[in-house]
Amino acid sequence: MAKKVAFLQGNEAAAQGALYAGCTFFGGYPITPSTEVAEVMSVELPKIGGKFIQMEDEIGAMASVIGASLTGAKVLTATSGPGLSLKQELIGYACIAETPCVIVNVMRGGPSTGMPTGPSQSDVMCAKWGTHGDHPAICLTPASVQELFEETVRAFNLAEKYRTPVMVMPDEIVAHMRERIVFPEPGELEVINRTAPSVTPAEYKPYDTSFGDVPPLAAFGTDYRFHVTGLNKGQDGFPTTKAAWVQAEEERQVRKVEANVDDIVQFEEYELADAEVAIVAYGSTSRSARFAVNEARKQGIKAGLFRIKTFWPFPEKQIAALAGKVKAFITPEMNLGMCTGEVKRCAEGKAAVHGIFRVDGEPINPGQILEKIKEVK
Amino acid sequence: MSQRYEIRFSGAGGQGLILAGVIMAEAASIYDGKQAVQSQSYGPEARGGASKSEVIVSDTMIDYPKATVVDALLALTQEACDKYSHDLKEGGVLLVDSDLVTKLPKGNFKTVAFPIINTAKNEVGREIVANIVALGAMVALTGVVSKEGAEKAVLARVPEAFMELNKKAFQLGFEKATAAKA
Repeated sequence: MAKKVAFLQGNEAAAQGALYAGCTFFGGYPITPSTEVAEVMSVELPKIGGKFIQMEDEIGAMASVIGASLTGAKVLTATSGPGLSLKQELIGYACIAETPCVIVNVMRGGPSTGMPTGPSQSDVMCAKWGTHGDHPAICLTPASVQELFEETVRAFNLAEKYRTPVMVMPDEIVAHMRERIVFPEPGELEVINRTAPSVTPAEYKPYDTSFGDVPPLAAFGTDYRFHVTGLNKGQDGFPTTKAAWVQAEEERQVRKVEANVDDIVQFEEYELADAEVAIVAYGSTSRSARFAVNEARKQGIKAGLFRIKTFWPFPEKQIAALAGKVKAFITPEMNLGMCTGEVKRCAEGKAAVHGIFRVDGEPINPGQILEKIKEVK
Repeated sequence: MSQRYEIRFSGAGGQGLILAGVIMAEAASIYDGKQAVQSQSYGPEARGGASKSEVIVSDTMIDYPKATVVDALLALTQEACDKYSHDLKEGGVLLVDSDLVTKLPKGNFKTVAFPIINTAKNEVGREIVANIVALGAMVALTGVVSKEGAEKAVLARVPEAFMELNKKAFQLGFEKATAAKA
């Protein structure tokens, strides 16, 4: 049978991806340019017995998905910059309470209200450093409508596998543009479900590290009862100030991601084998970069593209290896140098890093990148 | 057809130009089996303000989703025409509403003008279908999607009760542009 195809908007694809992954709860507060995610979920969730709730604000929305996740549901919220700022307190709570959840954050200009309908990529640092304290961070930056569907599925998998919040961050262009999408059949993409406890309710501890770095999470509403708090906690979930334990716990929580970067980090290499200039780009900007690489190659310039699919954890190893091979990096992005700083850190001075920055609400066009390639080659 | 064909629908927010772009792209992508990407840019206002919807059609993979040099431009307001005609390609085509766009940009491209909104209002009977009149005209002028594919895409988007209205709007736009082009 022919697969189902549709001409879909990025935000709609994110919502469809969430449903494919088994999401049954959406809590949100509408905000441009992410609102279509909520719209689709509000129509589709009631059909499958799921729940959609529009909360009083983004803080309440984030709290609602954490609560729903603790009952065993796969949960989603969607927002944009100003909403992401509001959610940060609760995102930290989800990190320390180790509650799986997926946050789709469509990037528009900022800070504050910024330019609501314009594209941006200036929330990528907020994905890692927005909430205070040491904590794991996973952030995916898809570049097409199809990929937004698939990466949302993967976000749910990573959230469940590592018991942690995962962010999907399309820029406004990827979220609002429409492309043809081929829907994967059920079973075609991997769907990971939460590991249930193997012990009895009496023996159960929500943070029992004898089961490894990711202890099984029981569902509220079943016979399992446990305590959840934003304080540093013991194995049983109750607050603790025991120094050695707190240190070990903080390290474990970060290690969940750091020890598994090869499982989490995904990227695409294009024309890099003999490249002298490597463009490092993500989201819609990577599509301008690909166009520019093709143009450069036509003119005999050895340019290539490293496309970041997983922004956090950052592809440190891969960028470091490239730094030893290329003369220069070009880092086009719709902010004032967020990814550029990371590339510089990883390159450790072995290759020059040239940023192209735009925060005027316009995309970085292929011509701008091509010009820079010619300048630095 | 060249590798990449770029179309821009522009006007004021609320004129239905994003939808016109979406339908054009659906015609290419779903009914004509080509690659297509539609994107848009609009202000924070619900209505008014310059708005544009861009469609890239190609036989091969489309990387950059926005226009680079525009092959065909529709401008339904003077503001949009002033703002969005600068990157119209040499040899490209510009379609304007002759009642609303009186100051035409200079350049080496073909300009086609007819009263698009008035056609919708007086000949089809509803101003609201001006975007479909414009779409019919753009299909005729660009030749980048088939007339049949575009018509199917229009009807797939329209509620049963408004099928005839939209069919008529599309047909009139197509005919008027064909006549104006000659």
